[in-house]
Formats: sequence, C-alpha cells, structure tokens
Amino acid sequence: MPEQTTTLELRINGERRVVAFPTHHTLLEVLREECGLTGTKHGCELGECGTCAVLVDGRPVLSCLALAAEMAGREIQTVEGLQEGNRLHPLQQTFADLNAAQCGYCTPGVLMTAKGLLADNPRPSSEEIREALSGTLCRCTGYHKIIQAVEGAAALSAGEDWTPAEEVLHGTRLPERGSE
Amino acid sequence: MLRLPPFDFHTPGSLAEVLEIVAGEGPETRVVAGGTDLWPNMKRRHQRAERVVSLMAIPELAGIHAHNGELALGSTTTLEDTVRTRVVAERFPALARAVASISSPPLRNMGTIGGNICVDTRCTYYNQTEEWRRSIDYCMKEKGTICWVAPSSPRCWAHTASDSAPVLCALGARVEMKSKQGERIIPLTDFYRDDGIEYLDKAANEVVTRILIPDESDSTHCRSSFWKLRRRGSIDFAVLSVAAAVWTDDGDRVTDARIYLGAVGSRPLPVTGLAECLEGKVLDEETVSEAAALARKTATPMDNTDFQAQWRGVMAARYTEAALGEIAGLEPRALPPPHLL
Ligand SMILES: Cc1cc2nc3c(=O)[nH]c(=O)nc-3n(C[C@H](O)[C@H](O)[C@H](O)COP(=O)(O)OP(=O)(O)OC[C@H]3O[C@@H](n4cnc5c(N)ncnc54)[C@H](O)[C@@H]3O)c2cc1C
Ligand code: SF4
Ligand code: FES
Ligand code: FES
Repeated sequence: MPEQTTTLELRINGERRVVAFPTHHTLLEVLREECGLTGTKHGCELGECGTCAVLVDGRPVLSCLALAAEMAGREIQTVEGLQEGNRLHPLQQTFADLNAAQCGYCTPGVLMTAKGLLADNPRPSSEEIREALSGTLCRCTGYHKIIQAVEGAAALSAGEDWTPAEEVLHGTRLPERGSE
Repeated sequence: MLRLPPFDFHTPGSLAEVLEIVAGEGPETRVVAGGTDLWPNMKRRHQRAERVVSLMAIPELAGIHAHNGELALGSTTTLEDTVRTRVVAERFPALARAVASISSPPLRNMGTIGGNICVDTRCTYYNQTEEWRRSIDYCMKEKGTICWVAPSSPRCWAHTASDSAPVLCALGARVEMKSKQGERIIPLTDFYRDDGIEYLDKAANEVVTRILIPDESDSTHCRSSFWKLRRRGSIDFAVLSVAAAVWTDDGDRVTDARIYLGAVGSRPLPVTGLAECLEGKVLDEETVSEAAALARKTATPMDNTDFQAQWRGVMAARYTEAALGEIAGLEPRALPPPHLL
C-alpha cells in the first residue's frame, strides 16, 4: 500500500525541528534515521530489552514501541541531550568513574531511565534503582556498578561529596593464604 | 531494523470520530492504545491492519473516577497512572500489585489498562518470528490448520496473558463498550471466551471505554491478593497467576470467596467448588490447603509457555496457598522459585 507520510515539529533535547517521516515509523527509527541521533540504540525492537528508552515528557518510554507520529507537542529527551554544556551530567560522570559501561550498548537506555528516576525520586534506595532499571538488560556489567553509579549520581546531584568505596573501584584483596 | 508494515494512522480527538471510523466499511482497521501489544504483534506479522486508530488523543477515555458505587477506570489510563492513583492502591491493593507487575517500568508508562484486558493470548508456537512460524507452516491461530500444542484438538489453547484480568474478574468488575450502535456493559468474566483465537466477546467495531469495579470489592469489604509466577522478576509474562478475593463476616467466617487463575487457560479460570469448601469456615492451614487442591484441579496448563506444564499445575496449588495464606495472615511458606512481589 502507498506509504502515508507525516510532517511534524518534534521537540528533541530542547530543540525544535520539523521532520518528515513515514507515518508507520517508530520514534526509534525517526530519531536514528531522520534525525541522525544514533545515541539511542536498537536492540530487540519488541519492548523486551530497554536499550531504546528515551524520556517523553520526563517519563522513560520505549522508543521502539512508540510512533513518532504521536509525539506532537511532547518533549523528547535522548542521551545526546544529557550533557549540560561542557559539563557531564552527574550520571555520565559516575558511570565513567565506575566503569559502569562496558560495551556500552545498554548505556543510553540505562542513563535515560535513570534520569527519569532521579527527576521523580532524587534519593532512591538501591532497591528502587533496581526496580526502575529492571526493564533494561545489560549483558556485560552484572548491574552492580550501574546501581552504584546511579546512587553516586543521586549524591552528586544533592551536592554531596561522593567518592566510591575503594573496593568498588579496585575490588577487595584476597585474604593471604594460611591467614585464616 | 524490525519495522512495522505500512498503515494509515488516525488520531481523532473524540470518541464519536473513532466509533465512526471503526464502524465503516473499508480496509482492515484496529484501534491502538499504548501499542505495547499491537506494535510487537504487527512487527512480527501476527496481526495486521491497514488502518490504525489511536485512542490516546481522547481526553474522556483517560482517568479514574468514583461513581455510583463503583470505581471507573478509563480505558486509556496508563498502567503507571493506575498504580500511582491512591484510591486504587488503597482500595484495590491486589489490582495495584498485579498492574505493578506488568512487564517493566518504561513499558508501564505506555501500556494502558484497557489494552491490558484486551491483550492477545500467547503461545510458544505463536510468539515467534515470521521465519520461525513459516518453518512449521504456522498454526491454527494464524494461517495454519493444526494446533502444535494439542495436534488432535479442534481448538487453539493459547493462554490468557493479562495480569489485571484475573484480579478484575475476582473483584467482580464489569466492562463498558461503545460502538456506533450504542453501548453495553457486561461482567468481565463474560468478556473472556474459552478459546485462544476468539478470546474476547467484543466486536471489531466496539471500543472499551471503562472498567467498573464495585465498591463491595474494595478493601473495606473484602481482602484480596495477587501472586504471579514467572522466570525473571521483570519483563516476563506470567506463566501462572492467582488472584483471590475473600469476604468474611464478623466472626471471620468466609461468606464469599473467588479465585481466578491466569496464564493456565485461554481465559482467567474461576476455581470451582470454593463455596462448598470455604463458606461458613475460617481460613486456616486446612481450609487453605483444600482450596489449593481445587485450584490444581481447575488449572489446565498446556506446554505452550516457559516451564513445564505439569509443574505450573502443581504451582497453581502452591500459589493459591500463598494468596489465601496472605489474606488469612498465615505464616508464609517458601515458594519455588523464591518470588517476592
Ligand atoms: C516485553 C513485554 C512484556 C509484557 N509483559 C506483560 C505482563 O507481564 N503482563 C501483562 O498483562 N501484559 C504484558 N505485556 C503486554 C502489554 O504490554 C500489556 O498488556 C499492556 O497493558 C497492553 O496495553 P496497551 O495499551 O499497550 O495495548 P495495545 O497494544 O494498544 O492494545 C492491545 C490490544 O487491545 C486492543 N485495544 C486496546 N485498547 C482498546 C480499547 N480501549 N478498546 C478496544 N480494544 C482495545 C488493541 O486493538 C490491541 O488488539 C507485555 C508486553 C511486552 C512487549
Ligand atoms: S495453542 Fe495451538 S493453535 Fe493456539 S497458538 Fe499455540 S500452537 Fe497455535
Ligand atoms: S529495542 Fe526497544 S525495548 Fe529493546
Ligand atoms: S555495558 Fe554491555 S550491555 Fe550493558
């Protein structure tokens, strides 16, 4: 059937741009293909992995299951807009400090979901962080550093002087042989 | 990229316009709310539509209101907004728990409660890629002629996948539907059919507008619980769920009890024989075990999802014990796999 196209003013990371796209394309496709914003990753494209998460009106949503055609008047935030001028966002800072990104494929989705969480709940418990991030799969990190990095970002955002525990950065020394 | 097939998309601002479009002749038309079921199904070519009509731009379909002895959930209220609405959490805690267990947090910002009660049934032989399904020549639910789960069966056994459905059935909820011809309100238990293909009593031109839960089922009148079994604590669908609601008199004796099982039949299955088993009695270890045995008999798990069917049937008893035990305030027993909601 002939493709319907839509032309819409999208608001992405505070910028407005008029974009024309096939009406049946998802926000994920339009961000990556029409807008050239390839920071948002595509994984399963079926709602099962979370790597495509972006914020729409401040809430994390899966861009692979949202039509761009439904985004009129809505504020879209992607990982490209996370940095504040020349300064890293606290989440980027702590993710870098802790090596909470390894291959990095899940990271854009994790960062945006975590940003949505911190806006809603500035000092989440580690349980609340786990729950909020439970829709994002990471095959590399084992999640611990991700959770600690979000805790760290919450502390930094609250103006606290946060330094990760020594064992988080360098692991713990094994007991000497025969010492026990 | 796994892309949607092309379709014409409409986002009318009024229900009247939607009803007009879905009533008309012409291309195959579907409504969409959050799209978290329809889009994956269309991407994998399970479901098709040449025209899709969104319900999300119609203000009167969203929101939760107390009205005439009922709590009315507007069909396009998102799952997250449903959980965050204080009256839902306070008055219908089992519903709040069920909705909070659906998939994952970002998906709950998109999916709606109306979409959840209409969600497609699922099966291992169906929820696969197009190539996979073609390689087995499809099945009865789609294009094929045979059911791979029960090859001599004349019907499809795909299982109900909605987490809110068993709770809403136990609470005695009703569903309001509108079409150009008018409106009708039916008990949610009648909305579901015992068939994996034609699983809803809803015509294509009918739109679900509200779900109505009676005040007699709220936490001041009854105690309710919901337990869900799945492999991971997030994202996964249930392979079994148990929703229970129990009404008691001043002496703590049961006056009415309803238990519905999810994911072990094509519709939420009512546990039968509960009245004889529980009415006039106090919930204790013994009565709870008897009711759990009835749940085991009711469940008809098929080998069409994660975990062995037989084991899911055994778990129907254990999870019913857990749900009723929680209602009765009994000491919780360990459940395999350890599952906390
Ligand atoms: C990874 C993943 C995990 C999931 N896990 C769960 C889970 O654990 N539990 C669970 O219950 N669900 C789960 N789902 C399914 C789905 O996300 C939810 O059921 C959700 O609530 C569906 O709502 P929706 O608004 O997105 O539905 P949509 O996709 O918009 O619609 C679903 C169907 O209902 C029809 N429909 C929608 N609204 C109406 C209406 N008002 N009137 C008439 N017809 C309507 C549509 O035409 C479509 O056929 C999961 C989905 C995914 C992708
Ligand atoms: S139960 Fe049988 S007919 Fe139904 S989807 Fe599964 S294999 Fe197909
Ligand atoms: S790509 Fe969207 S959830 Fe996996
Ligand atoms: S860092 Fe590789 S998937 Fe998370």
